[in-house]
Amino acid sequence: MRFSPSLSLTAVAAALVLAADRPLPAAERTFTLPPETARLKPGPGADLAAGQCLLCHSADYISTQPKLSQAVWQAEITKMVQKYGAPIPTNNVPALLEYLVKNYGVAPTPAPAAPAAAPAPAAK
Amino acid sequence: MQQLPKRTGTPFNRRRFLRAAGWVGAAVTGGAGAALAEDIARLPFDNGERPLVAYPQKRPLLRLTSRPPQLETPFSVFNEGVITPNDAFFVRYHLTVSPPQGIDPDTFRLEIKGKVNTPREFSLAELKAKFEPVELVAVNQCSGNSRGFSEPRVPGGQLGHGAMGNARWKGARLTDVLNACGVAAGAKQATFNGLDRPLLPTTPDFIKALDIDQALDGELLLAYEMNGEELPWLNGFPLRLVVPGHYGTYWVKHLNEITVLDEVFNGFWMSPAYRIPDNSCGCVEPGTTAKKTIPITRCNVRSFITSLADGAPVRVGETLTVKGIAFDGGYGLREIDFSEDGGQTWRAATLGRDLGKYSFREWSVPFTPARGGTLTLKVKATNRLGQSQPLEPLWNPSGYMRNVVETVRVTAV
Repeated sequence: MRFSPSLSLTAVAAALVLAADRPLPAAERTFTLPPETARLKPGPGADLAAGQCLLCHSADYISTQPKLSQAVWQAEITKMVQKYGAPIPTNNVPALLEYLVKNYGVAPTPAPAAPAAAPAPAAK
Repeated sequence: MQQLPKRTGTPFNRRRFLRAAGWVGAAVTGGAGAALAEDIARLPFDNGERPLVAYPQKRPLLRLTSRPPQLETPFSVFNEGVITPNDAFFVRYHLTVSPPQGIDPDTFRLEIKGKVNTPREFSLAELKAKFEPVELVAVNQCSGNSRGFSEPRVPGGQLGHGAMGNARWKGARLTDVLNACGVAAGAKQATFNGLDRPLLPTTPDFIKALDIDQALDGELLLAYEMNGEELPWLNGFPLRLVVPGHYGTYWVKHLNEITVLDEVFNGFWMSPAYRIPDNSCGCVEPGTTAKKTIPITRCNVRSFITSLADGAPVRVGETLTVKGIAFDGGYGLREIDFSEDGGQTWRAATLGRDLGKYSFREWSVPFTPARGGTLTLKVKATNRLGQSQPLEPLWNPSGYMRNVVETVRVTAV
């Protein structure tokens, strides 16, 4: 999975790395998390999803969800933007939603079956 | 209801070898997840496969998420004893930069500020020396424990029953520490903040609020010990709030800042997060939303069979002892009932040692399978207020407060 954050997000990540490398006071104890292993499913939109979602959380926040409807995935994106301040440009939302629904969602409920199609009227 | 570890690795476990050899960091960059053998637990709902991963100070736990980390206790641990060992205790974080990467226990300070007469800072040594140490056994349960069983399914951490634990906490009374600063007249709430933090400045920091009356009621602790040891890093080292009877969302970890307010705090993690429907069951018709919500507070009544897993074999005519645990939000349990016929008839179980009204309570009952085939076992607890558990699950959009009467199906031969 390619990780392709925007430039500003790269800067934030770089600052974190620098912060982690600063010299430690003698009495300070440190903690290191085991490496992340979860990956997003590959396919169209995966790079976009990685860039937009994985800055703040690992892929398993998505991959362990039950199959959610398009409406619920849309609500999750909206929550991330409006409540968590995720920098997801509006024009990226449709493709992100499509990726999430296709890979981690349920297909939209089909409309009630139309009555058996009548034979096309014969040309008069 | 019990997840059974399934060995997917070869006898020579490649992952263990890599870890022992210190190669894991290099090994995972290839993204060859399938090539790395790993023990997998399966929670009994769709998409319930979880890798069992050993974090620092922890035995292998079910990993729900990596960053921030959420780890679930294997259910079999709850049959090992009424106290949950520190190395098996569940882990739940909210913010990206969690847990804190570095903490110096010598320079760590708890800051008390806001509507107090004398704002102060306390070192760990001061908290231990200046205030009477108090010990309390209490359950910490995640609001969303068992969320994965919600039907219809809801988004959020897809937990089995392992986001709960029972420990002996030791610390200073919150009321003693607040009183040492002097709570000012007109104080309404106190907020609690820890060292974990968001990555983006736009993400709300994890801050929780309690009414000042509760903060001063003498039951809440600023805990620096858990089961006789310092707190594990992933459970809030070096200091966490203990709010007995209340869901874990209030038990702020790495607690370093308390602010007394003369107003009601409405930060994201109090509103709209961690809220339940404003009615007696905290529930709504499945698939609907609540018109009015309130912050989640106390745990409801729960009970579990721990000695038998779903599908366990038992022998017809042979008596065995069925064991389990029960707890509530701190009123104490009055009765625990067991059924071996799917809930048609019930009989009282024997309650185990009482470690206090906030603790898990062990129970046991003799059980002699009367016939062959599948037997449906159930357990139901009732507290001293008469509150019990529903036979059919209650539902809310966040998957909080699940407490349906649990069922274990065994096979008698």
